[in-house]
Amino acid sequence: MKFAVIVFPGSNCDLDMYHAVTDALGEEASYVFHTETSLDGFDAVLLPGGFSYGDYLRCGAIAQFSPIMEEVKRFATEGKPVLGVCNGFQVLVEAGLLPGVLLRNKELKFMCRTTRLKVANASTCFTSDYADGEVIDIPIAHGEGNYYCDDATYAMLKTHGQIAFTYVDNPNGSRGDIAGITNRTGNVLGMMPHPERAVEALLGSTDGLRLFTSLVKQGANHVKTTV
Amino acid sequence: MLKRQSEPTTEMIKEQRLYAEMGLSDAEYGLVVDLLGREPNYTEIGLFSVMWSEHCSYKTSKPVLRQFPTTGPRVLQGPGEGAGVVDIGDGQAVVFKIESHNHPSAVEPYQGAATGVGGIIRDIFSMGARPVALLNSLRFGHLGTANVDRLFERVVAGIAGYGNCVGIPTVGGEIAFDHSYTGNPLVNAMCVGLIKHEDIQKGLAKGIGNSVMYVGAATGRDGIHGATFASEDLGEDTEAKRPAVQVGDPFMEKLLIEACLEIVGHPALVGMQDMGAAGLTSSSSEMASKAGTGIEMHLDDVPQRETEMTPYEMMLSESQERMLLVVERGREAEIEQIVSKWGLHAVHIGEVIEEKVLRLIHHGDVVAEVPVDALAEEAPVYNKPARVPAYYEEFQSMKEETPVVEDTLDTWRKLLRQPTIASKRWVYDQYDHMVQTSTVIAPGSDAAVIRVRGTDKALAMTTDCNSRYVYLDPYVGGQIAVAEAARNIVASGGLPLAITDCLNFGNPDKPEGFWQLKEATAGMAEACRILETPVISGNVSLYNESGQAINPTPVVGMVGLIERTEWITTQSFKQAGDRIFLLGETMSEFGGSELQYMLHEKSFGKAPRIDLSLEQERLTNLRDAIQSGYVNTIHDVSEGGIAVALAEMTFGTRFGLEAEIDLPSVLLFSETQSRFLAAVPAEHADAFKALTGATEIGRVTEEDKIRVKTADELIELERSVLERDWEGAIACYMK
Repeated sequence: MKFAVIVFPGSNCDLDMYHAVTDALGEEASYVFHTETSLDGFDAVLLPGGFSYGDYLRCGAIAQFSPIMEEVKRFATEGKPVLGVCNGFQVLVEAGLLPGVLLRNKELKFMCRTTRLKVANASTCFTSDYADGEVIDIPIAHGEGNYYCDDATYAMLKTHGQIAFTYVDNPNGSRGDIAGITNRTGNVLGMMPHPERAVEALLGSTDGLRLFTSLVKQGANHVKTTV
Repeated sequence: MLKRQSEPTTEMIKEQRLYAEMGLSDAEYGLVVDLLGREPNYTEIGLFSVMWSEHCSYKTSKPVLRQFPTTGPRVLQGPGEGAGVVDIGDGQAVVFKIESHNHPSAVEPYQGAATGVGGIIRDIFSMGARPVALLNSLRFGHLGTANVDRLFERVVAGIAGYGNCVGIPTVGGEIAFDHSYTGNPLVNAMCVGLIKHEDIQKGLAKGIGNSVMYVGAATGRDGIHGATFASEDLGEDTEAKRPAVQVGDPFMEKLLIEACLEIVGHPALVGMQDMGAAGLTSSSSEMASKAGTGIEMHLDDVPQRETEMTPYEMMLSESQERMLLVVERGREAEIEQIVSKWGLHAVHIGEVIEEKVLRLIHHGDVVAEVPVDALAEEAPVYNKPARVPAYYEEFQSMKEETPVVEDTLDTWRKLLRQPTIASKRWVYDQYDHMVQTSTVIAPGSDAAVIRVRGTDKALAMTTDCNSRYVYLDPYVGGQIAVAEAARNIVASGGLPLAITDCLNFGNPDKPEGFWQLKEATAGMAEACRILETPVISGNVSLYNESGQAINPTPVVGMVGLIERTEWITTQSFKQAGDRIFLLGETMSEFGGSELQYMLHEKSFGKAPRIDLSLEQERLTNLRDAIQSGYVNTIHDVSEGGIAVALAEMTFGTRFGLEAEIDLPSVLLFSETQSRFLAAVPAEHADAFKALTGATEIGRVTEEDKIRVKTADELIELERSVLERDWEGAIACYMK
């Protein structure tokens, strides 16, 4: 399976994503620069964390206009998996691929720590290797991860099982403890916690690895059904 | 030569002694006239004033820095370049340096701290190395006063704001609180990078006719005279110095890192140096001086973000995120192509020339022409008078007294709430300490540990200095600073490689101040020789006085090599049943201790003793024990003594302990040096004891209880109560 790691100016978790895929997962990955316009040959797209364009405007607000984002939107429309982590989640929200917004953390400070997440929906292509309700350890590192949406959107997220992960101890004030959501069709996931930081025992947790193995299994099934 | 209307004439500079406002003495002005063979104009005297500031020239500290050992079998680059480089095997090397940003942080804490981080990162990647970790050594007055709280909060925010955005994990450091820093906080930033031997760059302007290129942010009027500002006492007019503080742009820095690292290894690149203190002036004159060449610069071509900038302003600006490159003539476009991929430009602003001068051309006129060696090499060096301070004589003649502690348990809890000892989670929670996914040991243990990707090796890193010991006895305190750093490296499983130092001192023009500097560095040099950790880079920050001098604070940044990741060791207990060992004698030593400061709000008496050969022997034995697989947990005994160290070993775990220590209870708080606590699986207890000579004092338990029997009493308390005291103290101040 081949993963595209999108690189915006100011992305800084691109390397981490790349190594999570190539070293821990043992799959193929390539960096795709923001100026590029094609995702041909890729099976999944990863939007890494960081501070795209310095995040001097709203987080992700400028990155959504990068040339590659038109192609990411097309890729998503085709039902292929797109994962945005941290700043990548903010970009997906700004690009309209996911609903809601990410506000400054409740305590107005950047926070970096390992958090406990509950798998709220284990039937997406990103979570199938987890069990529903399972609690996993995944690090967060953000200043603006306080997820907010209006009542109608929140009801829709709940109704359609779009809430993929929730925080056990909500660190940032997110509505409904939301840590990660998918789009309606389930092929686009945005989450503030960093699964790519939890793929090696040496670094403390391997709980993030199953998010990637879920994708690989899904990809294999996808190939089988299309062949 | 053109005389600018708006600027003072050469006559005015001389007659009105305008050079004095720039920090030059009459004698120094005279020396400039001698070196030039004429009187300097305004731009020229500006160049000299920044290059001859203490910050750039080390004119006061050079004689004491000469004491340091700077070579060793692993040292690939010692002091003199952007940062030092040490071999770690397999063709790889570690690059590191620490630098102060004290004065800017006192005036504008957020930007002062942020740009301190930015500057030290550039020192690392200008060597060609990928920055992989940041550390900070911070000092403040007492929390609970509005100004100190503000400085603390904003400095931490500035470090976080910059480090998080550039994507380099902030993995460690230290923070201490003492009233001597009330008006003059210390902000020292350290950066560690990794490099392949063949990629090591030097800041050399070689090759006559080669192009001098400017990459990065445009030059503005910020930070003019920053280096001079950093070389004087903080006074009443300090607020007016706010324009001398630079403003950081970490996004620009991130682009600059990627662009420059992509250029490293390109055959067209000749040399690279960052524009740090004294900006364009220092980078150009130093690169030329080191290469035995000169540089002619066309200032009209320098990217400027403000209009009507004068040569003086451009040359003295300390605008951030700028690099100076020397590129082979005719291949400029190849460099520009790489740089433009990152949205930046490489602008041709001059050439390398044979004549060893820095020649500046503006609007068609030569506006300055100064020998590069005069700027970079020929600053006067002073052997300042030193005098033993009266306080030192008094402290040395004091009888050593053991404090009276009525309630051991209460004292233990109070010590854990002292901000210097308490958990720093409130701070490091704000730092992204995991980005780059190589952080094995996050902040909070003796040293931080970063694995070297693609190998089974790791690097341990720490910053250390107990300035109270240095104040009481600079020589011994200097020795202890190096030894404590080595202890932290070894306790984490590493072999100490080398150090970088940040010498934060008061005014060296006062003989007592210079004596502190001289003695402390002599002690450090001695420790570096015995512990085999040469000094490979560093920085000097003098004139740290705001009403009163700070405690002399020579911060030691040390990096160690862990040859196998399985040797990585931390300070937390791992399993119940492990035997607890104490290595080293405990004496009644309370001079400069946390307990003394807590009881008296001041430090007095003698510093703890240290025997460096004994230290080295213990460090070697502990390394053997770790590599033999005997040890589950190691923690050095430092501030707060055995009591604090034992408690810390239980924190973050579900374990308790029971121990029997045959000492009077008060000695649990003594700060005798060269001691360690270890937890050893029962099956290795005998081997560990035989190897190290340590004393078994107890065992790790499954209970939420700490039970210590001393010669006086049985002390019993809940581990979770102690942990809450320790964990919540700083957050409580900052609410």
